[in-house]
Amino acid sequence: MKQLLVFIKKEFTHVLRDRKTLLILFGMPVIQVLIFGFALSNEVKRSEIMIVDQANDQASQAIISKIGASQYFKIEKLTNDSKQIEPAFKENKIKIAVIFPLNFNNHLLRENKAQVQVLADATDPNNATALINYVSAVITDYQSTLNKNAFAPYRIISETKMLYNPQLKGAPNFVPGVMALVLLLVCVMLTAVSIVREKETGTMEILLVSPMRPLLVILSKSTPYLIFSLVNVASILLLSTYVLNLPVKGSLLLLFAESTLFIITCLTLGIFISVKTSSQQVAMLISLMGMLLPTILFSGFMFPIENMPVPLQIISNIVPSKWYYIIVKAVMIKGLGFSAIWKETLILTSITIFLLLISLKNFKTRLA
Amino acid sequence: MRTIRFLLRKEFKQIFRNKSILAMVVAMPIIQLLILPLAANYEVKNINLAIIDNDHSTYSQKLITTITASGYFRLTGYNSSFKEAMQLVEADKADLVLEIPQNFERNLVRENEQKLFVAVNAINGTKANLGGSYLGNIIKNYNDDIRLQLIPDSRSNAQPKIEIVSSNWFNPLLNDHFFIVPGILAILITMIGGFLSALNIVKEKEIGTIEQINVTPIKKYHFILGKLIPFWILGNVVFTIGLIVSWLVYGIVPFGSLLLLYGFVAVYLLAILGFGLLISTYCETQQQAMFIMFFFMMIFILMGGLFTPIESMPDWAQWVTKFNPVSYLINVMRMVILKGSGLKDVLPQLGIVALFALVLNAWAILNYKKTN
Repeated sequence: MKQLLVFIKKEFTHVLRDRKTLLILFGMPVIQVLIFGFALSNEVKRSEIMIVDQANDQASQAIISKIGASQYFKIEKLTNDSKQIEPAFKENKIKIAVIFPLNFNNHLLRENKAQVQVLADATDPNNATALINYVSAVITDYQSTLNKNAFAPYRIISETKMLYNPQLKGAPNFVPGVMALVLLLVCVMLTAVSIVREKETGTMEILLVSPMRPLLVILSKSTPYLIFSLVNVASILLLSTYVLNLPVKGSLLLLFAESTLFIITCLTLGIFISVKTSSQQVAMLISLMGMLLPTILFSGFMFPIENMPVPLQIISNIVPSKWYYIIVKAVMIKGLGFSAIWKETLILTSITIFLLLISLKNFKTRLA
Repeated sequence: MRTIRFLLRKEFKQIFRNKSILAMVVAMPIIQLLILPLAANYEVKNINLAIIDNDHSTYSQKLITTITASGYFRLTGYNSSFKEAMQLVEADKADLVLEIPQNFERNLVRENEQKLFVAVNAINGTKANLGGSYLGNIIKNYNDDIRLQLIPDSRSNAQPKIEIVSSNWFNPLLNDHFFIVPGILAILITMIGGFLSALNIVKEKEIGTIEQINVTPIKKYHFILGKLIPFWILGNVVFTIGLIVSWLVYGIVPFGSLLLLYGFVAVYLLAILGFGLLISTYCETQQQAMFIMFFFMMIFILMGGLFTPIESMPDWAQWVTKFNPVSYLINVMRMVILKGSGLKDVLPQLGIVALFALVLNAWAILNYKKTN
């Protein structure tokens, strides 16, 4: 027991002395939460719009001033020459263009019908759709002021309530995702690389011939990362509560227990990779391609799983982070108890036990 | 000149002997280009809907049929109480709940007005917003139909109506692949160039061979150039593989000039390789170099506008992206490949990236010390 403690202490010193690795270890969670929390959003605001007003009459100007007042648009240019649209799109100066044809108001009042053309830069399809919707809303709004006096009978009003996240913020969706991502990175990549590094520099031999049992060597190697990861979980939760105003709704204890389970899964994965590889570069590559990419892809916080082709949906089930993501979302955002997530917990536990057995079976006490 | 030639020969030998580098160069473009676009499908469809019909009338039945026929919604629950439906939401089996109140039909006809209750699982804000507005539109159309039915000579024809004709340029079918593939090409070049160059000098440091180079008459810039050129060529190879894959699999052929595309990538590679070398000169072990590169890579990619538009970021973040070389590449890739922009259109970006290349490489050469 004393030996084990000495080894764990050695590992701690090892990690804590390397400042540049510490940057990754503790800096990354903070940066990720901040980037995801503040910088990334699909929200449309102040998109550059070009207005080609060939009519220049009362109706077109009323609509233009409504567009200008909208928080979604910034009028980049007001012109009457539709030839300017294409170059502006190509220079990336505008995202959308609106054309009012000649005699717009006349048509509208005399014939009760007028046309507006809306052109959007659909290189980003979602953004284009959103922008077209917003412009249409402004125009329809103007139209309804014209029809103000008309009475609409048999009205169905739908009253909508946004559950869990009334302001439609991004945070409730990504904080659980960032937790999965950070734990995975720290545990899998750091453990794998640091064990392989001992192999590469030759110090692994020394550890293996020491009186410690080889399994305890591995155990002592992974203990610091378990503790650092729990610190990271705590710091992400603190940031989320105090900076993003997203407190933990469910039981904190349950959340930490589930996180410990996931950390152990990740550590086992890291150990498995280190057992199978012999150079840092390869270990790094496998952790990146085999672990990080699937986590980003399949945990469901960046890409909607239900839209994927069926084979990919099936593959997503063996990715541990997917289950952890579901668990964190349930406990942290929805405030559910253990009874709602026992199935996910069971799956995660089985994956862990399976991985543990495989790595133990592959573990060799001799290097060559 | 001769010195550089020898250095290049050494570097190429090392690269071709290292199987993992070769595997990365060939496999990464293919895997990323095949899987990522498949996964990155943001189209909101198949929204799971639970309905509580307390009315069981002709009207409520018709509303339900209209909703399910729209193609956006999948009816996953037909519950008798709101509590039951909420359990579906908690289990992630329903995204939206629609409650039709009792006497919906009767009240609508008698009182001219009736409420429907919609609850949306808003954890995923975008999906909630879109799902809610789809449902709102369907209900509105249904409302118009009912009105027409009840008042045959609807007055709405007599009112002024503005017809909105919209068209989607550069991507008329709103194909998500067109958006995502050029971005992934940019990420590919960045990752290959950045990681390989960051690891390279450090590896020589770690195994000690850098000492041998330090005692030769090789000049600093010889050494850096000798490291730069092989990876520059490798980057171009990866880019070519990527272009071929996106043409074969997604049918994406650059609208703009291929020459301009390669020209821009050539300058960009110098910048990102310079960045890798710079990190390499600051680190002592491969582990450090990998992690630091990873740290920056993550920030560059997340803030490069690959998935979320840069214009949606707050001002401070937009300011930060001005120092992010990846954002310029993603931007130019989309402009040239999808819109067919010419040299004149991308000149500002080209200038900035060239400046990055100059500063980063100069910094790397200055920071590489032959003495310890």
